[in-house]
Amino acid sequence: MSDSQQRANNATIVKRLLLTVAGMFAFGFALVPLYDVFCEVTGFNGRTKNEAVAAVHQEVDTSRTVTVQFITRNAKGIPWKFEPSVKQVKVHPGEVRVVNFLAGNPTGGDMVAQAIPSVAPAEASLYLNKVECFCFNQQPLAAGDDTEMPMQFYLDPEIPAHITTLTLSYTLYDMTADATAETLAQLQSSE
Amino acid sequence: MSTVVDDIHHEEHHDHKPSGITRWLFTTNHKDIGSLYLWFSLIMFFIGGAMAMVIRAELFQPGLQLVEPNFFNQMTTVHGLIMVFGAVMPAFTGLANWMIPMMIGAPDMALPRMNNWSFWILPFGFAILLSSLFLEGGGPNFGWTFYAPLSTTYSNDSTALFVFSMHILGISSIMGAINVIVTIMNMRAPGMNYMKMPLFVWTWLITAFLLIAVMPVLAGAVTMVLTDKYFGTSFFDAAGGGDPVMFQHIFWFFGHPEVYIMILPSFGIISAIIPAFTRKRLFGYASMVYATASIAILSFLVWAHHMFTTGMPVFAELFFMYCTMLIAVPTGVKVFNWVATMWRGAMTFETPMLFALAFVILFTIGGFSGLMLAITPVDFQYHDTYFVVAHFHYVLVTGAVFSIMAAAYYWLPKWTGHMYDETLAKLHFWTSLISVNVLFFPMHFAGLAGMPRRIPDYSVQFADVNQITSIGGFAFGLSQLIFLWLAIKCVRGGEKAAAKPWEGAEGLEWTVPSPAPYHTFEKPPKVE
Repeated sequence: MSDSQQRANNATIVKRLLLTVAGMFAFGFALVPLYDVFCEVTGFNGRTKNEAVAAVHQEVDTSRTVTVQFITRNAKGIPWKFEPSVKQVKVHPGEVRVVNFLAGNPTGGDMVAQAIPSVAPAEASLYLNKVECFCFNQQPLAAGDDTEMPMQFYLDPEIPAHITTLTLSYTLYDMTADATAETLAQLQSSE
Repeated sequence: MSTVVDDIHHEEHHDHKPSGITRWLFTTNHKDIGSLYLWFSLIMFFIGGAMAMVIRAELFQPGLQLVEPNFFNQMTTVHGLIMVFGAVMPAFTGLANWMIPMMIGAPDMALPRMNNWSFWILPFGFAILLSSLFLEGGGPNFGWTFYAPLSTTYSNDSTALFVFSMHILGISSIMGAINVIVTIMNMRAPGMNYMKMPLFVWTWLITAFLLIAVMPVLAGAVTMVLTDKYFGTSFFDAAGGGDPVMFQHIFWFFGHPEVYIMILPSFGIISAIIPAFTRKRLFGYASMVYATASIAILSFLVWAHHMFTTGMPVFAELFFMYCTMLIAVPTGVKVFNWVATMWRGAMTFETPMLFALAFVILFTIGGFSGLMLAITPVDFQYHDTYFVVAHFHYVLVTGAVFSIMAAAYYWLPKWTGHMYDETLAKLHFWTSLISVNVLFFPMHFAGLAGMPRRIPDYSVQFADVNQITSIGGFAFGLSQLIFLWLAIKCVRGGEKAAAKPWEGAEGLEWTVPSPAPYHTFEKPPKVE
């Protein structure tokens, strides 16, 4: 092989390898939306659907009872009171239930928070349908205020038989710095 | 062009090379760059080793004795980063630079200028990483795996330096890998077809493809950490719609192939040394090639076995468990091939062979503890305990590092033109072998008994086992000074080495004189 031919061949391979490197760098970032899609489809990682599901009237499967437990916790830096009104409820698949969550802002300033849900076992997240949830939106609370936040849900009757208990956990994050205009307007009208 | 060729012919006898510091700064010679990489990795090995000594000194007794917990965390983190990216990977790149062109009959690496660049950015990368230890608040303290949110929400201000140093190391590895691939694909001597290449060349070719595939993903992961921490993105922050568990998926998509990057070249080294000192051909050459390729492909399908306790669905846990266990099959093929090579061979036990034999036995122990960790239900007990520490130190220290030592002893006569001091080398081997087992074997028991990793203090029932471990650690650290002394002694003088100092050695590198001339295979050799 002549010298120039060798160089040309080298250049071709280098180009392909550099393209691969660029492609893999892009792939690293593409994993982010791919992961979201994957989680949504498989229920992987216990994320619930972040949108309301219409409460279609359906058969209530009274032969089965599933225990739904509620857990709340505060992320770092948010001193709110945040707890479910009941620790757990027993429901039949298909039955629509409302559970209230109590929130209070003990600080001297107006704050905005958002609750992020997670379900364990992760598999159950596919069958937990929320008709209404405070977690869909940011929650504004003026200084010293308390509120009751409703969460209306039902379990899909298709929920696998081996799931007899599921835990819905909410983590509350301080979103005051990133509040949407809509939330801020609510905060102002409440004062 | 013809004058250049004449020059080279003239100089073949004097073996002319430039002198002074500029020789090393501007060199494009694969042997010089190989030496730079090897010395650099040895220095990093001692720096990372010193950090391990701090860790073992703190753990000598229960309670906090010597260092602050935050500093302890920095030590575990930077020890890991230095050993992975500073010691093991550059040592393999150094060996690749020195040996691959000579093994395939090429005059140099295909892209010599890039080769210079890929080495010389490394010291800067590590200078950045190490300097962060001296800043207010300290260096990275979140473990070498830099899980979010430890590395985002809770990390200290020097995290940007960590990120930039990782970028530099990544770029260096990618350039090194590109060079290896182009050299192997394009520069082989006539007649050196793929299935005639030495296994070290094969394993490095596959390693280089792994590097190309996963180092960019690591670069992406550190970039996401950077923007999450400093620019308000929420890749790994649940409050903003991100997910901290996703960090672990992205990291281990890089991280698992990475651990094979650190072991596949070892397989090539051992496959060269065992036949040489057994005076037999390697058993099952083709199966070795296919086994290496299978391990590389499977390495992309097992990343979540690092994450069994994150709450994965049972189906995913089973999938990753079975894929992980599947890797034992090609790895077993390799171990059995090495054993079959030794079967009825005329074996002698010079130091390279001793390290190679220790590799086969101790790496297999590390493989078995890996299989135990692969079993999902029991991993819940072993996860984040010293059992994991014992496992990966068996595969990385008695695996990767022992194979690098074996390679150094095997090729030192070729590099320096002198035989190393066999008495010192035996002393180095036996002290290392005994101390490394005193160091890492008891960790299995500490882990099974529930001692968590990465914690500067422990419950008193672990005191005895930690004391033994620490004594082994100090002894192993001191033993490596013997190697430093031996290497310097060997460079400076010693018994003259023949072109082929090992009776049973095979390969083109033994057809050139020792020390290997500055330029070799200007004219391609004939390969039958």
